[in-house]
Formats: sequence, structure tokens, C-alpha cells
Amino acid sequence: MLPIIEVKNLAKTFGQTPAVRGISFDVYEGEICGLLGPNGAGKTTTIQMILDLITPTSGEIKIFGKEMKHHREAILSRVNFSSPYVSLPGNLTAWENLATFARLYGVRDVRGTIGSLADFFEIRSLLPKMTASLSTGQLTRLNLTKALLNNPKLLLLDEPTSSLDPDIADRTRQMLLKIRDERKVTMLYTSHNMAEVEEICDRVIFIQRGRLKDAGSPAELIAKYGRKDLNDVFLAIARGT
Amino acid sequence: MKLSRINGLIMRHLYLYKRSVPRLMDIFYWPVMELLLWGFISSFIEKLSLKGFNAVTVLLGAVIFWDFLSQSQRAVSVAFLEEVWEKNFLNIFVTPLRVGEFIASTFILAAIRIVLVGVVMTGIAFFFYHFNLFIFGFTLIPFMLNLLLFGAVLGLFTTAIILRYGSSAQVLAFGFIMLLQPFTAVFYPVSALPPILQKLAYFFPSTYVFEGMRGVIATGGFSYPLFWGGIAANALYAVVITWFFYRMFAYVKRAGKLLKLD
Repeated sequence: MLPIIEVKNLAKTFGQTPAVRGISFDVYEGEICGLLGPNGAGKTTTIQMILDLITPTSGEIKIFGKEMKHHREAILSRVNFSSPYVSLPGNLTAWENLATFARLYGVRDVRGTIGSLADFFEIRSLLPKMTASLSTGQLTRLNLTKALLNNPKLLLLDEPTSSLDPDIADRTRQMLLKIRDERKVTMLYTSHNMAEVEEICDRVIFIQRGRLKDAGSPAELIAKYGRKDLNDVFLAIARGT
Repeated sequence: MKLSRINGLIMRHLYLYKRSVPRLMDIFYWPVMELLLWGFISSFIEKLSLKGFNAVTVLLGAVIFWDFLSQSQRAVSVAFLEEVWEKNFLNIFVTPLRVGEFIASTFILAAIRIVLVGVVMTGIAFFFYHFNLFIFGFTLIPFMLNLLLFGAVLGLFTTAIILRYGSSAQVLAFGFIMLLQPFTAVFYPVSALPPILQKLAYFFPSTYVFEGMRGVIATGGFSYPLFWGGIAANALYAVVITWFFYRMFAYVKRAGKLLKLD
């Protein structure tokens, strides 16, 4: 399988505090890979380094076989990101937000692309509404619409279903699986909901205190640690039991 | 540089302007109030019949030119602050947008604001005080471009400081330009300043513009030394401050502070 993300000996130190301590991992084409770990493990720092929002102290990141520091523009035109914690400007309408990001990603048919994605996520009626007036579930769908504007080959999803009720969270997961299957999108996924990770992720990477602790499919890890589910595996790794 | 990305950011701000009363007030209301105030003061001084001093022309010309400068600076700083206030940096900088394109979009916004302010203020000055800004003829354009560039570069400087020190420094976006006003000879000639401040005044490109403007009014002649002096000073500021901005941007990326600006 072709690696979409290649991370080698990636490290980041803020002042005297190490946040990520030389982790290495690959994420392969078409897989949904969970990046897991307790709070402060270094997940967000790792994702932000992958997105070139934080400069690594050392190590190498390659995406689509290219180094981020030399091919940022080419890489980011095929990557997107979604997080419920990163809202789109509330003082613009949903359509204005999507049109802005479509232009930033160089989308040629802005109207057509937004229209077809709005239909896919069932948000067409929301497009004229102010973003600040949308519910959490609607915002999640708007964020996912934004995340697909550039037809990305790699999607980084930071807890995409947190703060959603079980029904909408389930619909969102089904949408993500549909996107992966229909568009062959690779996804790096963070979540604290282990049942969700077990359901959606092909493989997971555990990091703790900035170090890679383990990696494998949910089933492999459950068997390896002799636990009943991924939640217990998480507790075992986090508590070192 | 991709024009579609620059256009995307400009449109993002124009969407906002069209429905935001405070933002429209910032462009139209305050400059108009300032113009009216100075217009009445100028008319009053005019009635005193001070020999050789055309108050309306000198003061209104200065007010309008000063507003070009301050609007340009604020346009750049506030375009940046809009992203801080809306916590939109992550969304923007995970796109292929380059820092240079971000800067270019804010400079173009500054130009749009200057044109809007210029049209409104020129119209009001003519209607109420019979002051025709076009007495400067084509010299108006290089003056405006100089002020646009210097204001935008100052805006970039305040933006770099806000990047580095966070939004607690955002007051600079609104007040920084006023630090310059006493020293850049907006309403009086450089010769009115104490000798040491006269030397300081010529460190600012805007001083060359205001002196040049007064020269046009007094003699009708366009001073090429002042014009080129302004361009040279502007170029120096543009290079140094752009370098400084890139340094600050690299610093916040290293320190992981890009997304913590609020």
C-alpha cells in the first residue's frame, strides 16, 4: 500500500518542555487511522505539525511522498481538516464561508461544487443562514462540507463527532465511511470515543507523553492486550497496567 | 501568488463589510465627522483672514490625506484581527494560502478602503467647503499611493506585533498611527517642529507626502525630491517590516502560538 503520510522521528519541544519525542508512523492510502492518546499526549501538536501550523524541532514529514517544508502549497491543496473546535466565521453566511474557502483552495466551479456537497450533506437550506445561527450538528455538517471542497485525498479529523448527539454522531460516521469509500480519501482521525474509533478506524496509533506506545488494528490491539474492547486497551496503555 | 486565493480573502472581508454597521462606520462615519469638524475649524480660521494662509485648502487637504494613511493602516491590521476574533487562522492556514498572498489581500483591502473614503470625503469637502482635492491634479495619485503603501506597511508592523504578543497588543491596530501624527507634519510644516524633531520627521515617508502637498498648494509645483524621498523611505520600510513580519510568523509557528491568538 502507498503511504500517504510518512512521519519519521518527529519531535517538538516548546521551550524546555517536550511535547512530541521522536515518533514515526505511516498512514496508508484509503485507510482511516485513529491517532489516540490521553490529553496532553501530543496528538494535537502532531496534527498541527502535519498541517504545517507548527514547525517541528526535528524529524521529517512527507505527505503524498513530498516533504511538507518544500512542497507546502502542492500538499495542502490536496489536504483538508475539520474540527468542531475550529469554527468558521460566525458573521458570514454558510454560503459565504464555503465560497471563501472554495476560492482559497482554487476550486474552479465554486457554485457547482458547493451545491453538490450541500446536497450530499443535506445543508442546502442552510446556505443563506448566518453561520453563528446554526446548531452544533449543522455546524459539523458545514465543517465537513468545507473539508471536502477541494476534493481532498487526505482528511484530518479532530474529534469530528464530539458534542453531537448519538443519532447525528452516527450519521456523521456513516457519512465519513461513505466519503472514504466513494472518494478514496485517507483519514487521520482523533477521538476520545473508543467505541467510535473501533467502529470507524482500520488502524490506530497510540501516543502517550509524546511517544508512540503502540499501533495496530483495533481487533489486533484488543487481542494483544487481552481486553474486551478498545476503551479498556486505552485505559491499559494510559495507566500502564 | 494565486489571484483566486487573494480574491477569496478579499471577498471574505467584503461580505462582512456589506452588512456590518460598525465596519461601515469605521470607513465612512468617523472620517466624515473628522472632515466636518476640521472643515468648520478651517472655515472659521479662513474668516480670520490670516495673510498667505489658505486654511480650508491646507487643513482639509491634510485631513483627507491623513485619513488615507490611517484607513490604510487600519484596513491591514483589522483584516488580520478579524481572523483572530473569529478564530479562523487554522482554517485559513491549512489551505495552500501563502503568507505573501495573505499580506497582498490586506493591502488590496486597504486600497479599496482608501478609494471609498476618498470618494466620500472628496465629495463632502467639495459640497460643504468648495474644496476640490483635484487641485492636486495627477500629483494626487503618487501622493495617495505613497500614503496607501506606508499605511499598509504600518498595518503590517502592528500585525506582526499582535502576532508576537497576542491580542493584548490589538489596541495598536487602532492607536498606533496616532503616535506618528505629531512628528509627520500633517497639519503644519516640518519647519514648525523643533530642530531635532525635524530630522526625525524625515524618517517617515508620510512627511514627504504632507510637505509635498503643501508645496503643491503654495507654489502649484510638484516636488520630485520630496516624491522620490517618500518612495525611497517607503521602500525601506516595506522591506524591513515585511522581513520582520515573516520573522514573527516563523516565530509563532515555532512556538505553536499561531492558533492561540485570542
